[in-house]
Amino acid sequence: MMKIGVLGLQGAVREHVRSIEASGAEGIIVKKKEQLEEIDGLILPGGESTTMRRLIDKYGFFDALVEFGNQGKPIFGTCAGLILLAGEIAGQENAHLKLMDIKVERNAFGRQRESFEAELPIKGVGEGFNAVFIRAPYIVDVNENVDVLAVYNDAIVAARQGHFLCSAFHPELTDDDRMTAYFVKMVEESLKELAS
Amino acid sequence: MSNLGTDRVKRGMAEMQKGGVIMDVVNAEQAKLAEEAGAVAVMALERVPSDIRAAGGVARMADPTIVEEVMNAVSIPVMAKARIGHIVEARVLEAMGVDYIDESEVLTPADEVYHLNKADYTVPFVCGCRDLGEASRRIGEGASMLRTKGEPGTGNIVEAVRHMREVQSQIRKLIGMSQDEVMTFAKELGAPYNVLLEIKEKGRLPVVNFAAGGVATPADAALMMQLGADGVFVGSGIFKSDNPEKFAKAVVEATTHYEDYELIGQISKGLGTAMKGIEIGTIAPENRMQDRGW
Repeated sequence: MMKIGVLGLQGAVREHVRSIEASGAEGIIVKKKEQLEEIDGLILPGGESTTMRRLIDKYGFFDALVEFGNQGKPIFGTCAGLILLAGEIAGQENAHLKLMDIKVERNAFGRQRESFEAELPIKGVGEGFNAVFIRAPYIVDVNENVDVLAVYNDAIVAARQGHFLCSAFHPELTDDDRMTAYFVKMVEESLKELAS
Repeated sequence: MSNLGTDRVKRGMAEMQKGGVIMDVVNAEQAKLAEEAGAVAVMALERVPSDIRAAGGVARMADPTIVEEVMNAVSIPVMAKARIGHIVEARVLEAMGVDYIDESEVLTPADEVYHLNKADYTVPFVCGCRDLGEASRRIGEGASMLRTKGEPGTGNIVEAVRHMREVQSQIRKLIGMSQDEVMTFAKELGAPYNVLLEIKEKGRLPVVNFAAGGVATPADAALMMQLGADGVFVGSGIFKSDNPEKFAKAVVEATTHYEDYELIGQISKGLGTAMKGIEIGTIAPENRMQDRGW
């Protein structure tokens, strides 16, 4: 069975594991960088990106995560995970993993009281996806090699670049596992490609 | 087409805090230090609980200047405390845009009978609990997050342990019950029946439950995680220690890796003196904050 890890330093880890298992793969909580060798794909969950970054640095995850991505293994970042993947962060000098050619703005929809749910169509995933936005970022700019998958009020809220996927919302907080299933399929395809 | 302040959005916010540490701060400088150390949120206060305890008198919502100062200083979520039942303090904090309100027993209650009807608000609330009855009543009123109470401002973990063990053991008992036993259990606990049914079905609380009230060392934080906490609030512990920066980082790490004893041993080295702490038996019953709340 395919093994998909969820970076387990902080945040909504359990929910992603549930969604992965509902999509027919094995979910593994990754707390040590050595565990990256056992998995075929990785989810960077929602949480607090500043906290996760500090713990990523503390445990030497940084280079291992970049290497994981460069090997062609799929990574899916949700909310804080999207911020970690971005090549550029508005108003900040430095970004984090810089694996995707996107520019994001943190807390772009506002504070908690502006957090909301909305039904969205997501390209390649389906119609009427219940997207939960919590102090969410959005993507302000993408390179031409990035495929925009979902837009809400002119803001880009989901995108794919090759084997990297990201969403500003939290697919793990609902029982709709279509987005996770989409990622599981990406992992499946990458395994075929890496084998050939 | 979009919905603000739904249960999913309010409870979801707390889900994002899991595995993290929420730190009490009284100014922008402390808030920045907390963020830098890896806190997932800060609680903006006028005084930390141990100082509230020492000062005596009536403790109220913080001066909005302090809350605003902290909100401007950090990008992580900012929480603030309102008095139990104080509708206006809560509405003021909501209007200011704080990310979470703690309807807190650390402040002097404004209402000795009723808690806030938290379902009415767009902003989510966290509330204290000592057992499953109290936890369920708060969920019934619309709390989106819980924290076991412990005894705030004491630096003594014993009450936090008691409350977390009590909640967890009552959940286990509930899960093992047959459906026809639940109503009487609800009556005994003073818990809303429907909330208990939801907990029984899920096999856990429907909201995140952190530990609070007495965490004074990294090992204390890890202990609470082992007992089933989803994360930890540290009040007086951090800024009443000798080296707050080092201490704050150590508590964050111990919370993430709460089963890695070698690591906890390493990070506990040379932290300096933790806050002095108070033996619970020496606190007069009327000064016990945990007994506030109904």
